[in-house]
Amino acid sequence: MKTRILGFVALAAVAVMLVVALFVVPADLNQGDAQRIMYPHVASAWLGYLSFGVTALAGILWLWKRDLRFDAVAVAGAEIGVMFTAFAIWGGMMWGRPIWGVFWQWEDPRLTTTALLLALYVGYLLFRRLTDDPERRATRAAIVGIVAAVDIPIVHFSVEWWRGLHQTATIGSPDRVLNPAAPMVFVGTLLGTLAAFMLAWLYFMIRRYQLARAELGREEQVRRERIEAARAPHPAASPTEVAR
Amino acid sequence: MSALRADARIALEIARKDAVGELRGRHAIVSTLFFSAVLLLLFGFALGPDSARLAAAAPGLLWLAVVFAGMLAVSRLHLLETDDDALEQLALYPISRRAIYAGKALAGLAVMLLLGLLVLAAVGILFAVDVGAAWLPLVATVVLGAIGIAAVGTFYAGVTVRLRAREVMLPLLMLPVLAPLLLAAVKATAAALAGDPFGDLGAWLQLLVAFDVIMVVAGAATYGYLLED
Repeated sequence: MKTRILGFVALAAVAVMLVVALFVVPADLNQGDAQRIMYPHVASAWLGYLSFGVTALAGILWLWKRDLRFDAVAVAGAEIGVMFTAFAIWGGMMWGRPIWGVFWQWEDPRLTTTALLLALYVGYLLFRRLTDDPERRATRAAIVGIVAAVDIPIVHFSVEWWRGLHQTATIGSPDRVLNPAAPMVFVGTLLGTLAAFMLAWLYFMIRRYQLARAELGREEQVRRERIEAARAPHPAASPTEVAR
Repeated sequence: MSALRADARIALEIARKDAVGELRGRHAIVSTLFFSAVLLLLFGFALGPDSARLAAAAPGLLWLAVVFAGMLAVSRLHLLETDDDALEQLALYPISRRAIYAGKALAGLAVMLLLGLLVLAAVGILFAVDVGAAWLPLVATVVLGAIGIAAVGTFYAGVTVRLRAREVMLPLLMLPVLAPLLLAAVKATAAALAGDPFGDLGAWLQLLVAFDVIMVVAGAATYGYLLED
């Protein structure tokens, strides 16, 4: 019930911020209406990073405490992180087309880093599906998630350097929105969108966690039923079968 | 300190076992070497016969070939351990898991060094790049790249070796992680071949060192959990 209330609050908050970002806040002087994409884009990119951090942390906690609830948190983080990251990339491309003239800008380190991040965690999710035993799956997924998280900062630095150790950045990066000169109305809208998305994120996380727990319970039940079926006498050998 | 020395001895012993197996059976090096040669040929076809263009692309092609072939080579060494549950046997010994990881990674490193140097020579010949002039920084790059690929490859080979879909999962998991290595190695190679005109060769080599150190530590710290199940 509490989760459902949270869901409605999150939905309302996202709807309000949608209206604010689309109609209330004035358009950017240089970028026009396209700049409005930045509000959900930046918020979802941050939440993507947050989710992957949660996955890595939950993996460490599983290895430490051996409680399968942490694995449920890990899968929730990875799946929701992939969703937000994909949304962030999509939004970035929609913004990049009118502003940069191209969907994909190789010189933007955030874009390339985020794309690799998406690949890492899609791999993580596919990898999870290949192991049936829950504890084995949790352990393998935990270490893959930890190593992926360790790789993120290296990817970020290398891509940042790769763009050019010598040339200065020529294109305004998305986060310039938050520079001190930006008017408060833009900053406020961004933070408001972030807060609304955060509520939605929390709701998704709780629901996905509950789903993961239910899946685990179901797996356990199927396993128990199979064991019992194997223990029960074979129908062909029972007297009624023979008589027929 | 003596525990560390014991670990090192065990790691060398495991690497020696793999080296002997490799010398007798040639599971990893020969096939992957020819695979990388085929890759270089295909890269040449894909980019066309313009020799200036091929020479400009040579650093990238070199490292793509080394990464792809290296991934197969390092995973072959792990595949050997699935015969007769050898890995499980290894895990039953009262030795530290780090030593097992280090041993497998050392064997992988030996294969990677051989592979890297031979592919470097092949790139020099096929794409008319003068690798002799800047041999020292090039060899340094190959060594650092080989360490990184061996460290990451051994870890992911261990992760995927018992999966049904390991042929797909290994590259899917491993290649995005290797992206920073590819990037730094290509940049370092290009800088070395051009005579380091911007003075950024050292920075890329440092990035490779950092990648190697972080991945060796991460692999050694987590690999043991794989042997539990």
